[in-house]
Amino acid sequence: MTDQALLDKVLAFAPGKVAVEEYVNTYPALRVEADALHDLARFLKENEETDFDYLMCLSGVDWGANLGVVYHLRSTRHGHVLVLKTQTPERITPTIDTISDLWVGAEFHEREVYDMFGIRFTNHPDMRRIFMSDKWMGFPLRKDYQASNPLHLETEGAYEDEGIRKLASGKGKDETFIINFGPQHPSTHGVLRLVITLEGENVDQVQPHCGYIHRGIEKMCEHLTYQQIVHLTDRMDYLSAHINNEAVCLCVEKALQVEVPLRAQYIRTIMDELTRVASHLLFWTSFGMDLGATTCFFYSMRERDHILDIFEETCGARLVLSYVCPGGVMYDLHPNFQRRVKDFIREMRRRLPEYHRLLSGNVIFQGRSRNIGVLSHENAVSFGVTGPSGRASGWHCDVRKQDPYHVYSQVDFQEAIRTEGDVFARYMLRMDELETSLNIIEQLIDQIPSGDYAAKMKPVIRVPEGEYYQRVETARGDLGVWLVSQGDKFPYRLKFRSPGFSTLAALPHLCHGFKIADLIAISGSLDFVIPDIDR
Amino acid sequence: MIYDFSKLTSSLDQLLLSVLPPFWVLLVEALLVLIAGLAAFAVLGMILVYMERKVCAFFQVRLGPNRVGKWGTLQLIADMLKLLTKELVTPRGVDVLLYNVAPFIIIMAAFLSFGALPFARGLHAIDFNIGVFYLMAVSSLAVLGILLGGWASNNKYTVIGAMRSGAQVVSYELSVGLTYITMVAFAGTMQLSGIVEAQADGWFLFKGHLPALIAFVVFLIASTAEANRGPFDLAEAESELIAGYHTEYSGLRFAFFYLAEYLNMFIGAAIAATLFLGGWMPLHIGSWEAFNAVMDFIPPIVWFFGKTFLLVWVTMWFKWTFPRLRIDQLLTLEWKYLMPVSFFNLLLMTVIILLGWHF
Amino acid sequence: MMPTDFKDNEALEQLRESGTNVVLTTVSDLVSWGRANSLWPLMFATSCCGIEIMAAGAARTDFSRFGIEVYRSSPRQADLMVVAGTIVHKMAPVLKRLYDQMADPKYVVAMGNCAISGGPFRDSYHVVNGIEDIIPVDVYIPGCPVRPEALLYGIMQLQRKIKVSYSLPLGKKEEDK
Ligand code: SF4
Repeated sequence: MTDQALLDKVLAFAPGKVAVEEYVNTYPALRVEADALHDLARFLKENEETDFDYLMCLSGVDWGANLGVVYHLRSTRHGHVLVLKTQTPERITPTIDTISDLWVGAEFHEREVYDMFGIRFTNHPDMRRIFMSDKWMGFPLRKDYQASNPLHLETEGAYEDEGIRKLASGKGKDETFIINFGPQHPSTHGVLRLVITLEGENVDQVQPHCGYIHRGIEKMCEHLTYQQIVHLTDRMDYLSAHINNEAVCLCVEKALQVEVPLRAQYIRTIMDELTRVASHLLFWTSFGMDLGATTCFFYSMRERDHILDIFEETCGARLVLSYVCPGGVMYDLHPNFQRRVKDFIREMRRRLPEYHRLLSGNVIFQGRSRNIGVLSHENAVSFGVTGPSGRASGWHCDVRKQDPYHVYSQVDFQEAIRTEGDVFARYMLRMDELETSLNIIEQLIDQIPSGDYAAKMKPVIRVPEGEYYQRVETARGDLGVWLVSQGDKFPYRLKFRSPGFSTLAALPHLCHGFKIADLIAISGSLDFVIPDIDR
Repeated sequence: MIYDFSKLTSSLDQLLLSVLPPFWVLLVEALLVLIAGLAAFAVLGMILVYMERKVCAFFQVRLGPNRVGKWGTLQLIADMLKLLTKELVTPRGVDVLLYNVAPFIIIMAAFLSFGALPFARGLHAIDFNIGVFYLMAVSSLAVLGILLGGWASNNKYTVIGAMRSGAQVVSYELSVGLTYITMVAFAGTMQLSGIVEAQADGWFLFKGHLPALIAFVVFLIASTAEANRGPFDLAEAESELIAGYHTEYSGLRFAFFYLAEYLNMFIGAAIAATLFLGGWMPLHIGSWEAFNAVMDFIPPIVWFFGKTFLLVWVTMWFKWTFPRLRIDQLLTLEWKYLMPVSFFNLLLMTVIILLGWHF
Repeated sequence: MMPTDFKDNEALEQLRESGTNVVLTTVSDLVSWGRANSLWPLMFATSCCGIEIMAAGAARTDFSRFGIEVYRSSPRQADLMVVAGTIVHKMAPVLKRLYDQMADPKYVVAMGNCAISGGPFRDSYHVVNGIEDIIPVDVYIPGCPVRPEALLYGIMQLQRKIKVSYSLPLGKKEEDK
């Protein structure tokens, strides 16, 4: 369906309640009355022709007089995208109908909006704050947020937390065996806190508690110039730092309609894939460690160090690169770059079979990962589990294929897909992607054209008024950047749709009925980076 | 021709008897044995920890400790000094008595088994005629310590760790016991020194061929599991349970747990060496007189430790290669595979002994 | 000398050389040597810097050479807490609690700008501006992220510091004079 046909169809569904929004530049957008939202959303999801089954992004925004919620919907079948925008009538007690009954993944996103803007979603199953503690005053992302929250150092009692009270309420405090994983736990990969109830060794319910590394990046971005913002994005998903940088830069470039020189595009693509390889190597490391195979750590860190050396030579940083800037990249490549990348590819090709011999083929490993934590295709879409984890459930969700950026459209590569959806599939998929990435780099490394490495940009970038959305494929999935600009040198609102956040929402669903050890394996296989979730 | 330590001990005994009344002699000797035992215990513990670190580093393509002393040999002294002077925390809400007793039970269980090991001819603290039975009894005491420690710590992780460990040790005890019985049936004695002497003309592993080989493999797996070593280290499963049953222990008490783990590994290996590889008996091959004479030249104590450390090395190799099992897989392995195999193996061994089909 | 003069290890070492020559301190020195060479770390890694800790433990800059071998995830058994990464308001009580749970003697290394001052996130509403507001810090290692080599250097500084400090109460009395 063309965009126009789509709009017509929706306009016909709810006349008078829906209006086409002129303001948005990227995707067709509609303004919807708050009370018509839920019906319209149901229509959009369940109608065969529209079939919007993937909720890409759900963001709150403070428009001053009232608060808004913006939904980015996408159809995995038809590939079209629609933006729904709605507003609350006022800002004292703002409420909106939940859509979490339609898209399960919306549950977490709506909690985030509640936490940051104070919009209550009616009929939401679990309307609690998600990042900030229950005692926190005010809603930080509102423009008029000024509450001062002093530092509390005393630890909360377990039952002070609303969520935990809820968990315990089923059978009564004393009969539920509740344990706390984290926030400081060797295998939550950061500072995630999982409160789980147990039946013997079996996991009954899992309740993720986030916010232990919530740094308020989105709020900070509202007072930073675009060049500065790039540096903060590094620190979200630091394992694919480079790709995060790009997301913002691409978004700004799209808004300014800047043509990025071809050389820069090549460089970016190659660095992208190197980052992905580094990240998947780290996944291999930490997944092995989660399962108790400590030795894996040292092998893949050894290879990963080679990539970091290349990075260091290119831009001076090992981990958080900030190599991309709006318009291109910061510096030209080091003369050694091509040689070293080729050396690395050769080395990596030699090592990969070793990895498989050490871990993938091991009987214990297979016993622990096959048929564990199965995520069905349907659920993956509904939760919005993208990236390798989504592809392991058979969902073709690679942004590099769907919305190609840089030179991905010219590269010949296969999107890795597996259909089992269990821990083993997720693991193997990442190993497959390692090879895919090596292939992509190999195709590009000799083709890097000469020319400028960055387009000329003004020192102070003012993005024209409008709303822009940009997706990139990080090592963890679909990272979306939603930028609202009012023509200023700072963004009005910058929202990151982080892949990990949606993935985390699926964790409780996956773990029910498995053992504690499986919980670790499952959360390891989803491979989330906590600062990416909390932002 | 093999040096007999009992000559040394009996002359010492005579010497003491000539100056002291018999009761005092007994006391002094007990004391001497205790001191010697403790010293050997501590030194062994340190060697094992050092070895583990170096072996682990070797498997992980790195260097391991090498800054403290030459090749890092003083590393363990530093660790010991540190652990000795570290604060002993007693968290709120623990069962103080059990909490304090648990580490001692564990270390005592290890020490008791240690006493029965025949290090060389005439060199063991006690030589029961039911030595194997005794070993079986005391080595299963350790699980008490783990259970108590985990329970008394008033921490959910430790309880899970302790329960896992309880299930694990009790199950694997069966396989260990059955392999003991298999070998005892073959040797015809329960006395450890007797078992070693019986291997003078060939190790049981060779003499008993197929059933002995099966028993050996089963024993290696089961004793690794009994010592809570990886890949069976579910009780302390770092990535799941922080530090398992000893999460709440600090300083010296933790050192006991830490040491006991290594010593249990050593004891497991030592028993395997005794039962299957001839203990301190040199390698003898049938009628190769010259070869046998050369082998005899190597002191028995070297033989004993050589074999034991070889097996220790193998268990380390396991640990640093395999991922950890899950609790149900662990129990499946025992109840569905190892135990039936052991039973069958016992039967096979009996038949072979009755028919005389061994060397 | 004023308390404020003891900023770095040089000052501490000078203090040791000038004056406090007691024979019995040999024992104390021995224990200090042991403590310095056996720092079992508790990795309080919250974000990016945590990855560099992992890199520091890997084969290239192998931690364990210095006796920092045994990563303890239980605070009771750790001697050294490496705070790496941003500490936010929600995390602060956890940090303090873990520090309290550690057994004496305990040391803290603040790794990375975030742990030192809040780093790039200093202006945020939810970020603690430096962990020294919460727990005492022995060594600060700046960097964003801290390179593995820098981390090693920082920990060697801590070892130096431990070696010159008194580990027995006997030494302390001398210091008080
Ligand atoms: S100092 Fe820099 S690298 Fe380290 S945690 Fe903070 S932002 Fe990340």
